[in-house]
Amino acid sequence: MGKPAFVDAVAPPGAGIPFIALSKVAKTYGSREGRQVIAVEEVSFEIAQSEFTSIVGPSGCGKTTLLKMIGGLLPVSRGTISYAGLDPGRRRPRLGMVFQEAVLLPWRTVLQNVCLPIEVAGEKWEPGEKRARELIELVGLKGFEDQYPNELSGGMQQRASIARALVNDPTLLLMDEPFGALDALTRENMTLELQRIWSSSQKTVLFITHSIAESVFLSDRVLVMTSRPSRVREIIPIDLPRPRTLEMTTSEAFGRYVSHIRDLFSASGDL
Amino acid sequence: MSLEAEKPTGADVKLQSEIRIPAWLDLGTILSALLFVLLMTAWHFSVALGLVPVFVLPAPLDVAAKVLHDVVDPSVQYDILYTVAEILIGFAVAAIFGIVFGAAIALVPLVDRVLSPYIVALQTIPKVAIAPLLIIWFGFGIESKIVIVALIAFFPILVNVVLGFRSTDPRQIVLMNVLDASVWQIFAKVRIPNALPFIMAGLYIAMIFSVIGAVVGEFLGSAYGLGSQIMQRQASMDVVGVYSVLVLLTVIGIALNVIVKMVSRKLVFWGSSEEPTGI
Repeated sequence: MGKPAFVDAVAPPGAGIPFIALSKVAKTYGSREGRQVIAVEEVSFEIAQSEFTSIVGPSGCGKTTLLKMIGGLLPVSRGTISYAGLDPGRRRPRLGMVFQEAVLLPWRTVLQNVCLPIEVAGEKWEPGEKRARELIELVGLKGFEDQYPNELSGGMQQRASIARALVNDPTLLLMDEPFGALDALTRENMTLELQRIWSSSQKTVLFITHSIAESVFLSDRVLVMTSRPSRVREIIPIDLPRPRTLEMTTSEAFGRYVSHIRDLFSASGDL
Repeated sequence: MSLEAEKPTGADVKLQSEIRIPAWLDLGTILSALLFVLLMTAWHFSVALGLVPVFVLPAPLDVAAKVLHDVVDPSVQYDILYTVAEILIGFAVAAIFGIVFGAAIALVPLVDRVLSPYIVALQTIPKVAIAPLLIIWFGFGIESKIVIVALIAFFPILVNVVLGFRSTDPRQIVLMNVLDASVWQIFAKVRIPNALPFIMAGLYIAMIFSVIGAVVGEFLGSAYGLGSQIMQRQASMDVVGVYSVLVLLTVIGIALNVIVKMVSRKLVFWGSSEEPTGI
C-alpha cells in the first residue's frame, strides 16, 4: 500500500445516495451578554449507510454539538441536515446513543436498562426481551442480566449501555467519547468489542473520541475538526483491512495515519 | 445497598455456627443498651433515695406500672387511636399536597414563580403560632388537629420533593429524548424514581413533625387524644400519669418512624435514602 491519498471531501465507500448529508451546518449560541458565540462555523460532509465515522478535534471544538445536531437533538442555526430513506413521519433516524458515562438507571437491572428503549417505544415486551438478551450476550454480560448497575464495574456498565443503544435496532448510532472514562486496558478491549459489534450489526456509527489511535483503528473515515469556531479540517479515509487487530496498531500504515492526524492538530497549534 | 453481597456461602456458615453472634449485636448496640440500663438504675435510685421529689420525677417502676394500666384502659385506648388517627390523616393530607405541589413547582417554571413567594412566606410563620386560629376556624374536634398536623408536615415534604424533582440527572433526560420519550414517560420512568430518595427523606421528617403537630393541637383544646390526656393529668397533678402518656407518645413516634424507614428502604432499594433537608 502506497502513501494514502488524503482528499478533502471524499465520496464515502460503497455509497449511492448519502445516508446523512450535512450542508453548511452552523450552530451559534446567544451568550449571556447577548453576544453570539459560534460553536460550529460551517460544516459539510456526508455519511454513507453502515459507515463508521470518527470525529476528532481539540476539546471544546463543538464535536458534541455537531453530534447532537446530526441526531436531531439540537436544532441547527443555519444549513441543513438531510437523511435518506427516513420512514414517513419521522424527522430523524432511529437513534441509539452512548455517552461518556453509561447513564444507566440505577433502579433498573441490566436487563431492564437494556429494555428501556423498547419500553419507551411501546413495543411488545416479549420479542424485545429476546433481542435484549441476545445483545447482552453480544456485549459479554451474559449472567449479569439481573444485577443492578452499582454491582457492575465501569466497563461492564458501559457495555450494558452499548447493548441498550442497539436494542431498538437504530439506524444511526451516536457515540460521544464512550470509552473516555475507562482505564487503558478496558478501553482497548472495548475498542475491539465495538469493532466486533459494529461488523456484526452493520450500523451507521458516528464516534467522537480524543484518541487518534482509537479513531484510526475503528473508522472507515476520520473527520478532523479545527478548534472553535469549528470547521472540518480534513476527512481521512482509513484504508486498512478489516477486521483490524491490535498488532496492526504498530504497523507502518497505521502509524502513518496517526501521525498525519497528529500533524493536522499540531499545525494549527491545537494539540 | 447490595442485595446479593450479604449471602454467606456454605463454608462461611459452618465456620460461624460455633460462635454465633447475630449481626445486630455489635459493640454500639451493646453499649447503647447498657446506657439505658444505667440511666434507668440511676433514675430509680435517685427517686428511691429521695434525691428528687416524686412530684418532679416519679419512680421508673411506677411509670411502667401506669403504662401497663393505661394500655388496657378503654378510655386511654380511645385517646391513643384518636391521636394516631390525627397523625396519620394529617400526614397523608400533607404528603398528597406536598408531593403534588412540589412536583408542580419543580417542573413548571410558571407555578414556581407564582407560588414560591407565598410558600416562603408561609414557611417562615411558626405553624404552632397559627394553631389557636385553626382551632377557632375548625373547632375543637378532630378536624382542627388534622389541619394543624397537615400544615406542620407539609413544608418538609414540599421542600424535599422540589429538591428531588430538581435533582434529576440531565444526562438521563437526554437519554430519554434520544428515545423519543414523551413528557409523561420521562416523568414516570426517570423523574419520579430520581425524586424518590428525597421524597422519602421528606416523609421521614414530616412523620416526626406530625406527632408534634397532633400533641400541640390537642394542648390547645381537645376533648380526646393523648395531648389532652396530658393536660387533664397535669391539672390533677398526676405526674406519673403524664410520664405514662409521654412513654406512649414516644412508642407511637418510634413505631411510625420505623414504618417510614422500612417503606423507604423497600422503595429506594438501589441506594441510601437522601438526608432530609429543610424544615
